[in-house]
Amino acid sequence: MNTPANRPAPSGAFEYLTTKKDEFVGWARKFSLFPYPFVTACCAMEFMSVSSTLYDTDRFGAALPRFTPRQSDLLMVVGTVTHKQAPILKKVYEQMCEPKWVIAFGVCASSGGFYQNYAALPGIDKIIPVDLYIPGCPPRPEMVIDGIMKLQDKIAAERHPIINEKF
Amino acid sequence: MSAPPTTLPNPIRPAFDTGTTEGSVIVNIGPSHPATHGTIQIVAELSGERVIRTDVHCGYLHRGFEKECESHTWHNLIPYVDRLNYCSALINDFAYCEAVEKLLGIEITPRARYLRTLLAEYSRIADHLTCIAAALMELGAMTAFLYLVTIRDYIYEHLADLTGARVTYSYGRIGGLAHDLPAGWLKRLEEILTEMDTFTGRVHGLVDRNRIFIDRMRDVGVISTAEAINWGFTGPILRSTGVPRDLRKDTPYLAYAELDFEVPVGIKGDNYDRYYVRMREIDESAHMIRQLVEMLPDGPLCVDDRRCTFPDKQLVYTEIESLINHFKLVMEGPQVPPGEVYSAQEGANGELGFYIVSVGGGVPWKVHCRSPSFVHMGGVHKMLDGYQLADIVPTFGSVNMIGGECDR
Amino acid sequence: MSAAVFEQVREHLGPVAQEATVAHGMLALLVEPPRVLDVVRTLRDQFGFDMFLDVTAVDWPEREPRFDVVWHFYSTRHFVRVRVKTRVPLADPTVDTLVSLYGSARYMERECHDMYGIRFRGNDDLRPILLYEGFEGHPLRKDYPKQKEQPLVPYRDVKP
Repeated sequence: MNTPANRPAPSGAFEYLTTKKDEFVGWARKFSLFPYPFVTACCAMEFMSVSSTLYDTDRFGAALPRFTPRQSDLLMVVGTVTHKQAPILKKVYEQMCEPKWVIAFGVCASSGGFYQNYAALPGIDKIIPVDLYIPGCPPRPEMVIDGIMKLQDKIAAERHPIINEKF
Repeated sequence: MSAPPTTLPNPIRPAFDTGTTEGSVIVNIGPSHPATHGTIQIVAELSGERVIRTDVHCGYLHRGFEKECESHTWHNLIPYVDRLNYCSALINDFAYCEAVEKLLGIEITPRARYLRTLLAEYSRIADHLTCIAAALMELGAMTAFLYLVTIRDYIYEHLADLTGARVTYSYGRIGGLAHDLPAGWLKRLEEILTEMDTFTGRVHGLVDRNRIFIDRMRDVGVISTAEAINWGFTGPILRSTGVPRDLRKDTPYLAYAELDFEVPVGIKGDNYDRYYVRMREIDESAHMIRQLVEMLPDGPLCVDDRRCTFPDKQLVYTEIESLINHFKLVMEGPQVPPGEVYSAQEGANGELGFYIVSVGGGVPWKVHCRSPSFVHMGGVHKMLDGYQLADIVPTFGSVNMIGGECDR
Repeated sequence: MSAAVFEQVREHLGPVAQEATVAHGMLALLVEPPRVLDVVRTLRDQFGFDMFLDVTAVDWPEREPRFDVVWHFYSTRHFVRVRVKTRVPLADPTVDTLVSLYGSARYMERECHDMYGIRFRGNDDLRPILLYEGFEGHPLRKDYPKQKEQPLVPYRDVKP
């Protein structure tokens, strides 16, 4: 992706406009994430905790889960994904519209965790691209919030083409 | 940007794909669905809004627990056991440890016995809080969800003080527990229980006599006692049908024989009864915990048996026998004599049993978990058929299917 | 009380069973495969073992017959448990189904079939329950390697 280091240096009014537009759209997108909680296992407990009163994702704009992939832009894969569940995950990912981001929540979603056997998928990045990995079994809510903030930094630094791929 | 969608294989084969009546529709609910707790797929045949029959599919969270157990030592598989019923992880730990202790023929110390009972009840409270919070949230009562999850968060932080982890603790050990209570733990326990009484009182006030709640939960998902026993229901679901079957009273284990508690039962076996039985069980568990805090004896925590208990660290660093003992316990695992045992405890959902086969040696030959949620999934269609589509959500929430336990 | 029930069961079913032992507070009966259904029906109707807890299998690859199929029952009246075991060979791992006696047998027999390949005569619904359509083999058998995966979705190239 176009991180700040790779982005060509702005060299004119058009590029200045594009950069400012990207910053504005990035700001809007990062503070209004609609997660799709693809919840399977124990990490769900921490997901419930992080969405609740003591550690609140509403402060980051990421509180309202949309339980349909058509209306959400952040796919949070929470918990172990098994081979049986893999087609479901792929279908849900493909049903989401651009722009979309994927968080692998928990070590089972990141790498399979300690379930290295015939049943568990060794990490969801084997079937879908992942933007952020939050390790932990399950991760503490503070780690999740740290992860969401890192994702927000990543979204802010991305390019956001709106009209065509140049602007 | 992304490749065109490919045809994905269907991992299941539904039991029916044509309807039985004119104009009926077959609808797929799940498995990625908020109300089915993420891992259950229900293929329902609907006639309008009425459910004619359902086919419940589980297995989307089958993580190969039993196969993993056959390649780890008796101690090393305690984290796997934790993640079965992850809402009340300590109960799984203690049920498994008790089964292995039966095979080893050791009896745990009094302090460990009372402490295990206390923590098992504490975990049960956390599980019931989670179940009720999720069930109420799925009906739309967000406030009740936030109240109960706040208390559950306090419980998690408190258990993190003791065990080091919030959700999956790995605190039970064969022969006792990992380590003793830190200072001030019991005082904080009392604070949490008092606050929990306030919050559950508020939830009672919001929901118990609420017209909408009663309309949605009363006489919905009814099951009779005979049917419940035939389909293998145990735990709060069986108790909600009116029979006081509870392993803590019927076949007492740990310290339950010395405690004074009631077994709450329902009247009709519907969703409202299951909700109320769980709320009352939270009160009973708090009552038991308060008794146990008074009764907790001093003394050693782990039984002093070289076969399974790690020697004191000071001795490991200074004596050669303790060093070898520690080394063998870590590398080869505790040597459990050959035999088989089935040992069950009252989990938060019902009878949680472990069937363990040992051939001597540090690695089990077979560890099988008899999980209540899996058996309940076999019988839940009795509670879903004949009701409305919208009733599937609260009925399913009241059954408290935990994916890790169901699919293992 | 449990000892009395075990004595009664042992007296009545002792002749039919190959072995009847009491260990760790539970009576274990070893019966031959054709007699399993009758033994279970007697246990349920006469001795009150009305709750079917579990069916599973144990794989002994060095032994012939290879599989032990193990059932557990609980009596909600006497508060005791009993175990019924039988031995079946790899060539014909078939036992009778308990679906006619207990409704909960349906799913549990499906799981046993999934994991070990035990066929239950009379249970017409032995679809995979914990595994998925297209999975070949029975993972809990000792000769199935733990890490042999059979992915449904082909892996993509992971670029770091």
